[in-house]
Amino acid sequence: MYAAPLIYTALGGVMTENSGVVNIGLEGMMTIGAFIGATVGYYSGNPWLAFLCAGLAGGVLALLHAVACVTFSADQVVSGIAMNFLGPGLSLFLSRVFFEGATMTKPIPLDQKMPRPLNGVFAQNSFLDLVFNQYATVYLAFLLVFIVWYILYKTKIGLRIRAVGEHPRAADTLGIDVYKVKYLAVILSGVFAGFGGAAMSLAAVSNFRATLISGQGFIALAAMIFGKWTPQGSMWACLLFGVAQGLVVYLGGTNIKVSSQLLAMIPYVLTLIILMSFVGKVTGPAANGVPYEKNKE
Amino acid sequence: MMKENRLKFTIIAILIGLVIGAIILLAVGYNPLEAYGIMIAGVFGSPKYISWTIIKSTPLILTGISVAFAFKTGLFNIGAEGQFIIGALVATLAGYFLHLPPVLHAIVALLLACLAAALWGGFAGFLKSKFGVNEVITTIMLNWIAFYLSNFLVYWDKFKRPNSEASQKILSSASIAFPKEFGSSLGSFFNAPVNFGFIIAILVAFLIKYVLNDTTLGYELRAVGFNKDAAEYGGINVKKNTITAMMIAGAISGLAGAVHVLGVTNEISILSAMEGNGFDGMAVSLIGGNSPIGCIFAGLLFGALKYGGYKIQPIMGAPSEIINIVIGIIVFFIAMPKMIEGLTTIRSRRKRGGEVERSK
Repeated sequence: MYAAPLIYTALGGVMTENSGVVNIGLEGMMTIGAFIGATVGYYSGNPWLAFLCAGLAGGVLALLHAVACVTFSADQVVSGIAMNFLGPGLSLFLSRVFFEGATMTKPIPLDQKMPRPLNGVFAQNSFLDLVFNQYATVYLAFLLVFIVWYILYKTKIGLRIRAVGEHPRAADTLGIDVYKVKYLAVILSGVFAGFGGAAMSLAAVSNFRATLISGQGFIALAAMIFGKWTPQGSMWACLLFGVAQGLVVYLGGTNIKVSSQLLAMIPYVLTLIILMSFVGKVTGPAANGVPYEKNKE
Repeated sequence: MMKENRLKFTIIAILIGLVIGAIILLAVGYNPLEAYGIMIAGVFGSPKYISWTIIKSTPLILTGISVAFAFKTGLFNIGAEGQFIIGALVATLAGYFLHLPPVLHAIVALLLACLAAALWGGFAGFLKSKFGVNEVITTIMLNWIAFYLSNFLVYWDKFKRPNSEASQKILSSASIAFPKEFGSSLGSFFNAPVNFGFIIAILVAFLIKYVLNDTTLGYELRAVGFNKDAAEYGGINVKKNTITAMMIAGAISGLAGAVHVLGVTNEISILSAMEGNGFDGMAVSLIGGNSPIGCIFAGLLFGALKYGGYKIQPIMGAPSEIINIVIGIIVFFIAMPKMIEGLTTIRSRRKRGGEVERSK
């Protein structure tokens, strides 16, 4: 399924923006995750280790973003743009260093890709097989939606994250360490985006190349806004994108004569129409994007 | 004072970017001095290189101004990329299908491209003011729609050049390149496709500066950008201004695309990924402190880094992507003037501390 990488990344967006830090650097974090995932996967042969390292790489980049945005109250959009230069820049740079000047990592052998846990459970090519015989990362994505939802709305730390995003000063008065909460949320967002990238390079395809991510991080960002900053909403939005992309591939394989370029437009046009007709005014967390300085009155 | 500080911070950020870039190069075993040497030689080494640098910078200056303009009016134009594509597409269509006398043809193509991109950008503004949809999402969507629309049209039989991955070339009457006879007397500076684009970009920068600072429209737009509610209270039509601002931003990005086609490429190719002219524009705008004039210098810097940077790959085998890292670091530090401020005050405090020590 095409939605899984988007879901991971959008969940990252949900995390960080609920704590009041805008992160348009998700794209860059996804890219570095995809690269590190593919590279570690190729050298170690262990997809899970690769997946974790990808999350770690995304997290490190996010840490930079957090330092800028939280500690130095930087302009969050600007820092995010910087991340989008750093992520792909570092990925391609390291790719050339590790893979003899190529901007593409070497493909991971099929048996070392993400496993498909339900492979062989259903009859080959049956409907159930096509729908449910997915890479492990796909199931994990849905599990993560639930986990993020649970954390945000059912636990103390989730309440804190949301409080910090809505009204940091009030949260501060109640003894919440605003900076710490924000750091946590931003770093987690990078980890998730890194997972998202690896879900691309370890499962959907089997290597990293310069154009692999191109824009998916931004689409995840759009999905998150579309999903009104909630994990479940973002998941539906990502699924919509996934379905539309799947439809494109499906129609491309049939005899219907439609230009593939026009088909590829469908998800985006659809989103615009839906945004116009359903969503109306979407409002995010109140203090989203506003740097918080403890001592400023 | 503010302005002076900002310039100082920008220069410090650029230096930090270059230093960290050098450290990274050193860490993976390349000589950073050699790399930067190649870059400098690659930009200033011959008149031809200089003119290439200017040519590469031109679209970046324009998309930078587009993003900067939107920023000033409180909007975030991620859509520069799509508006660039639309501008390039319409300019090529007009350059190929219309038959007009030389100078007029180029002007018509430029204007049509601006108009189309203005509508494209204005649509995002319309969606924002009419439906309250965040311009960040709509422009991202519009970028991709523009991307596929452009590819769709390049695949069209009447427009595609047979046996190629590109469209037909524009007619020579639509070109804005400097005439050849004019160039030969000035030597190798004109061995590159030198064109009027750079002059257009500079004119646009001053025009936008004038509009923003010295007209009622600019005043209203800035007021909306500064405080939407106060502007509304003051009798400014915020919705109308949002659309106008996005239209102008769109037109400038569209112009960037048109200038690129009419001056340099003469055709559009099938895109396999976003080319990044619009995204680079965001960095240019930021390095230029969101001022149109600043964008000229930032665009030139960016163009030089990119053009010079590509040369280190073939000559010494060091990855040219180091440039993207350097740019990322520069933007990163520009994002946090507080940190640079902190660094400089610590240094001056130390200096002062040292003096006290010595005077004892």
